[in-house]
Amino acid sequence: MKLSQLRPGQSGIIKEFTDLEMSVKLMEMGCLPGELILVDRYAPLGDPIAITVSGYQLSLRMQEASTIVLQHL
Amino acid sequence: MKVALVGNPNTGKSTLFNVLTGLNQKVGNFPGITVDKKTGTCKLPDKRNALIIDLPGTYSLYPKSKDESIVFEVLADVKNPVHPDLIIVVVDATNLKRNLLLYTQVADLKIPVIIALNMMDLANKSGSVIDVDALSDKLGVQIVPVTARQGINVDKLKEAIAFNPAIALQKDTIEVSLLAPELIHKIGEELLLDSPYVALQMAHQHENLRFLTHDESSRIEELEQEFSFHSQSSKAEETIARYNYINIILADTVTTSSEPKKETPSNRIDKVLTHRIWGFVIFFFILFIIFQSIFAWSAYPMSLIENAFMWLTGLVHTHLPTGVLTDLLSDGIIAGLSGVLVFIPQIAILFAFISILEDTGYMSRVTFMMDKVMRKVGLNGKSVVPMIGSLACAVPSIMSTRNIESWKDRMITIMIVPLISCSARLPVYAVLIALVVPDTKIFGFLNLQGLALMGMYFISFIAAIVVALVFKLVLKAKEKGYFIMELPVYRMPRWDNVLLTMYEKVKTFVLEAGKVIVAVSIVLWGLSNYGPPGKRAQVESKYQSAEVANTYTPEELNLHRSSELLESSYAGVIGKFIEPAIVPLGYDWKIGIALITSFAAREVFVGTMATIYSVSNDEAHISSVTDKMRDARNPDTGLPVFTLASSFSLMIFYAFAMQCISTIAVVYRETKSWRWPLIQFVYMTALAYFASLIVFNLLK
Repeated sequence: MKLSQLRPGQSGIIKEFTDLEMSVKLMEMGCLPGELILVDRYAPLGDPIAITVSGYQLSLRMQEASTIVLQHL
Repeated sequence: MKVALVGNPNTGKSTLFNVLTGLNQKVGNFPGITVDKKTGTCKLPDKRNALIIDLPGTYSLYPKSKDESIVFEVLADVKNPVHPDLIIVVVDATNLKRNLLLYTQVADLKIPVIIALNMMDLANKSGSVIDVDALSDKLGVQIVPVTARQGINVDKLKEAIAFNPAIALQKDTIEVSLLAPELIHKIGEELLLDSPYVALQMAHQHENLRFLTHDESSRIEELEQEFSFHSQSSKAEETIARYNYINIILADTVTTSSEPKKETPSNRIDKVLTHRIWGFVIFFFILFIIFQSIFAWSAYPMSLIENAFMWLTGLVHTHLPTGVLTDLLSDGIIAGLSGVLVFIPQIAILFAFISILEDTGYMSRVTFMMDKVMRKVGLNGKSVVPMIGSLACAVPSIMSTRNIESWKDRMITIMIVPLISCSARLPVYAVLIALVVPDTKIFGFLNLQGLALMGMYFISFIAAIVVALVFKLVLKAKEKGYFIMELPVYRMPRWDNVLLTMYEKVKTFVLEAGKVIVAVSIVLWGLSNYGPPGKRAQVESKYQSAEVANTYTPEELNLHRSSELLESSYAGVIGKFIEPAIVPLGYDWKIGIALITSFAAREVFVGTMATIYSVSNDEAHISSVTDKMRDARNPDTGLPVFTLASSFSLMIFYAFAMQCISTIAVVYRETKSWRWPLIQFVYMTALAYFASLIVFNLLK
């Protein structure tokens, strides 16, 4: 399951990343393995998305969200 | 002593900087790079003065944008003039974990450091309790809780700055050496570095560090090959290690109540402002308000500035003896200065709005909403702000592209922004539309002239988007584009900050663009007042002869004389010279002179037309410029010069051509090379030429 597959209102826990370079940037912004991610909303045109992670709101493109692999719930 | 402020974006770092320094601020540039260097002085309790340096907000010492790259350069280069003796890391208490990542990196540089823990009130409200003393013990660093917005505890922070020991006492955070033992050891040894972390950072960043010599940088590259260093995986490993360290520290010092989360006010606002339909409606409404205000509110101060300069010119002429120097002062320097200063109101108003929209957090929502559309044409959500701004003026808009991280996106934005019709084109459009478009209403309420004007703005947007698409195909991306951006919670704007932004932007504009405009005005003045020897003397003697003098009234005589003098000047000669090239567009040599003078700034057009068609250059006579232009005939054919075809051709030329020295100067300043302004100048002028050619032949 990838972050890009979640609908607004759904949440998941980060398991790992598929892109090393992107993962450094995401981790610096607080997206760490083990963190809970909540999808707040999609942008009006469906991309990018807004998520809440470690207590604040972050926006990222679908393509970036697809590099975040979530744990199976 | 020198103190650097470091912190994540949106932590209140700039607010704290303003509180610490008051109005004792200076905005400069870091040498060789166009990142604003904000410094200010702060009086400490022990009567010493501290120089405070506000470094750009960043999430990590590994930079993602141009602005961020300066942070490590200043902190790691002991020879940098603003290399600090003490670093204050501004930490947002509501987001301790992510903020401490930057702290642990900074702490490992082995420079004395203090934490300013901001927004404690908000953290408490959200239910987390931070044991500041315990945290301070664990990190081995002074922590001062502050509320920057209200200025609470700023005195304590000043005390902490004054009495902080001059050696770095903070505890080590992670075992940096373990990340690349031999490499770090070797770099540290060869470059004589005290801190292993500085050595590691240099390994990652050496290609972009301007304080390293070429030899040093290639030596680091060699060592990296030797020890097969992989930058990205080392960064990932380091970041994970740092978060592990932070988690251990926070486990004992922070307690969070686990009550179910209520919906935040920000979230409720977002439901409206980023709504699928209302989001766009509100956005376009805000744009509408901004443009109405830029034009409506600036009209009065702009006319005040113009009048003041006219009064000044009059003063110069009445009180100084007539002569070349007086002419240079009034028609060259003062005219040039007024061309710069008249834009101050529009720039101030535009930046007031931009600063309010940014401060409240709305701008990041606009970026969020527009990203998908903009990406389709090779731009970025963050290009929206400069594009809107360039309806007023491209100069500040190009300056505001700095926060676009992706090099390619930023370049495309800079390349297309001057295509969008700015306020300097407005007088050109206004004069020409009044000339050839009848002042009638269609469907009883739509003003035809207004429609034509709107059409010009519409065309400029279309052109910008098409050109962006072309650049998207031509330019090679230097790095993968990405769009990971914090959406800050909505806040009230800080009005003092808005005023400061207005002041700073206006100052930068006047100083940077002003130099160029004044210089070019002087050159133009020279070109239109001097000519090839002999020719001008002929004109002068012609008008001194009694025969000519008796044909006209003294006033008329003067006008005809100055018109013929212009024809015989270098500018006139150049106008005649380029005439063959512009005849296919429907222009004559007189328009040619206006085109040339307009390359300094477009708004020169009306003034040049006025001079050429011998009417006094006076706001009140603008209708007579139109009249004279309407009466202008081609001497060979006897047909009017300004027809529907030639006027629209001219408007299209002004819409697309790069006729703005200030824009060229600012593009040079922002890209640090003449290549980009040159490309821009060539493509825009070529576009203008061929578009005008097509328009003229279609309408002819």
